Amino acid sequence: MTTPANNLVYERPEAFTETPTHYCPGCTHGVAHRLVAEVLEEMNITDKTIGVAPVGCAVFAYNYFDVDFVEAPHGRAPAMATGVKRVLPDRVVFTYQGDGDLASIGMGEIVHAAARGENLTVIFINNANFGMTGGQMAPTTLPGMKTSSSQNGRDVETQGYPIKVSEMLSTLEGVGYCVRRSLHDPKNIRLAKKAIRTAFETQVRGLGFSMVELLSTCPTNWGMTPVNSLKFVEEHMIPAYPLGDYKISDAIKQIKI
Amino acid sequence: MQKEIIIAGFGGQGVLFGGQVLAYAAMDTGKDVTWIPSYGPEMRGGTANCTVVIADHEIGSPLVKNPPLAIALNLPSFDKYESQLAAGGTLIVNQSMVDRSAQRNDIHVIMVPCNEIAEEIGDKKLMNMVAMGALLSALPEVSLKDVEKALEGHLPARHKHLLPKNYEALKRGFEHAQKEWDKAPA
Amino acid sequence: MPKELWKGNEAIAEAAVRAGLEAYFGYPITPQTEVLEYLSRRMPELGRAFVQAESELGAVNMVYGAACTGVRVMSSSSSPGVSLMMEGLSYIAGTEVPAVLVNVMRGGPGLGNIAPAQSDYNQAVHGGGHGDYPRIVLAPASVQEAIDLTVLSFDLAEKYRMITMLILDGAIGQMMEPAEMPEMKPVHRQDFDWATNGTMGKRERRLLTSIYLNPLDEEQTNLRLLNRWKEVQANEVRYKEYFIDDAEIVIVGFGTAGRVALSAVRTAREQGIKVGLLRPITVSPFPTERLSQLTGQARAFLVTEMNMGQMLDDVQLAVRGRVPVEFYGRPGGVVPFPDEILNEIKRIASSPTADHTDARDAWLTRMTERV
Repeated sequence: MTTPANNLVYERPEAFTETPTHYCPGCTHGVAHRLVAEVLEEMNITDKTIGVAPVGCAVFAYNYFDVDFVEAPHGRAPAMATGVKRVLPDRVVFTYQGDGDLASIGMGEIVHAAARGENLTVIFINNANFGMTGGQMAPTTLPGMKTSSSQNGRDVETQGYPIKVSEMLSTLEGVGYCVRRSLHDPKNIRLAKKAIRTAFETQVRGLGFSMVELLSTCPTNWGMTPVNSLKFVEEHMIPAYPLGDYKISDAIKQIKI
Repeated sequence: MQKEIIIAGFGGQGVLFGGQVLAYAAMDTGKDVTWIPSYGPEMRGGTANCTVVIADHEIGSPLVKNPPLAIALNLPSFDKYESQLAAGGTLIVNQSMVDRSAQRNDIHVIMVPCNEIAEEIGDKKLMNMVAMGALLSALPEVSLKDVEKALEGHLPARHKHLLPKNYEALKRGFEHAQKEWDKAPA
Repeated sequence: MPKELWKGNEAIAEAAVRAGLEAYFGYPITPQTEVLEYLSRRMPELGRAFVQAESELGAVNMVYGAACTGVRVMSSSSSPGVSLMMEGLSYIAGTEVPAVLVNVMRGGPGLGNIAPAQSDYNQAVHGGGHGDYPRIVLAPASVQEAIDLTVLSFDLAEKYRMITMLILDGAIGQMMEPAEMPEMKPVHRQDFDWATNGTMGKRERRLLTSIYLNPLDEEQTNLRLLNRWKEVQANEVRYKEYFIDDAEIVIVGFGTAGRVALSAVRTAREQGIKVGLLRPITVSPFPTERLSQLTGQARAFLVTEMNMGQMLDDVQLAVRGRVPVEFYGRPGGVVPFPDEILNEIKRIASSPTADHTDARDAWLTRMTERV
């Protein structure tokens, strides 16, 4: 006979606080948070981790992780993380940024942190819009996609094309690990977790800049049910943002998890 | 006591370093001193200048409109500082680089063939020290010995072997100026 | 330590190192670049952090990050670059972490020029970043003072958990003067009870943020900053006086404008004019009380600045109309010569009746006639 304890298949990671999240129902931020917390706990690095929160929906990320946190100005998380890591190189420093934060206002900071090979880990949430301010067009918004600031659908003639951040950063020598994963189903969530683990392992081993781009949902601003949002990721986001390993340095390939 | 000196010439003529040597000499003899360069785009190949102020009290303005003393190592500097010099002041002119004589008669203009003297000593680069020596003939507050000590104390180690020639340049400049002073009507 | 001839910018860099600077983040801009260049060599040699950032925006946010860990950190820039840093300054102020920023000011607005100016006084003292926040602003007038105030700035920033800015015009940054360096202080990491440096399993987690969603909480934060500022005002006002004892005309000038005024004051004294100089060393907190006191003795004030009269407003607030305040400024990167200020002194000395025209208007009229 199995006891309830033996039956335990799911619990709050210790790296999580008990604060309920403020995210909308069906949003995948919660999943991404949980994966990061699980990895910190599994690697036993919670005590020496310092998080850098962005401006965007994840502005309150610091309420949910049981680690020291600082809160960056919009887009500046990689610069702030650089400041923290350069004076505390033995700590684990990560930023958690959305696509407005990272790919729009913070494009300068992310590119240069990557180019310098800052030994940081970046968790990049790509949900194709500015979530917090109410679903405006982001650099990652798909062509034709309707948002509150591209109400007739993103017109590439006047509003430009989406930016493929992982592909772009993978061209930089300073980048050790740069992959894109998705959070739309359990299999992909498991792959995402493995990637997050590898990213933090990259940092702990001093192997350079690491980033995991996570295709995510925004049911509220997309105006879809959570289930349809997941389908949207699978059917529309993945073709535009192919999943894959964009850069894994040889040293990182040797890491066994 | 307060004396202001402007040293001017082309970039590469040792204008800024010459001023620094003077500033070191003043500092080492316990005086207050400021050295301020012209900075910016004009540094790139154009005319460079620096202002040195020497005083026995806390120095106010590090810049001066009508200096009592100046060194002009080229023609543009001669043109500029001949008109700006305070009445009764002394202008040391590098005769090797100018093709005219002085126009003002209410200032002392001491012509020194700095390039030729420096070449005689064996190093064209020493022309700034020749001019500096000449300047000292009009600046009793700083002696030749003070400047020699400053060179010895502050010249980078890799340039120390150049000291004797620097001393010679200073001396030759000083002596040349002395002769010019002797010639001048009282 | 014996005196050495130091260039202002390099002196600031070395003084910061000796004060225990652990991290520097900057971006090249004239006339400040020697600070960056000097530290690019000096910091790695000591095993300390140096990053040439991608922009001033990057630099100030690196400063912000490092400041959150409780180490001594600074950046330096010049006017246009400092404008870019205003975002970070506001966040640093709102997060209540210590940081030092040096502004070697140049002519503006816009790209302006690279000549010495004091036109960022208001940005530093009154404005700059968004939101209500006080900050300490020190204004050295010599290389020695730049060294001493650099060292002091770290102490003040830490003591009051506040941004401390040094504002100096390009002349002081580029000038060489004999100066004495302090002894090298070993890096001493203080165990601040607010620093986010990792719990290391020994304490509760900490959070540093400038976000207070509830306006009542933000109001409390603002009031806390103001109360701390009251302590700064009570304890940290610094200024230097010259020939003030019997002065009937008091000149007020900071930095290079103050030095130039000193030359004019000396000449005026030789001519028998009872004029003195008060040179603020802290422009924030401002020596308001001392200036107010001097209204009992002076019959006129003359404010001299290398701008269009920014500190003038603060002097007028201190004087409160009790005696006339006059102004002489050279904006745009022009450094006044002593004789210009001497002429102003003579004009004031020879006009016994008070001029009640607005100081800036009167100056503008005189300038317009002149230029």
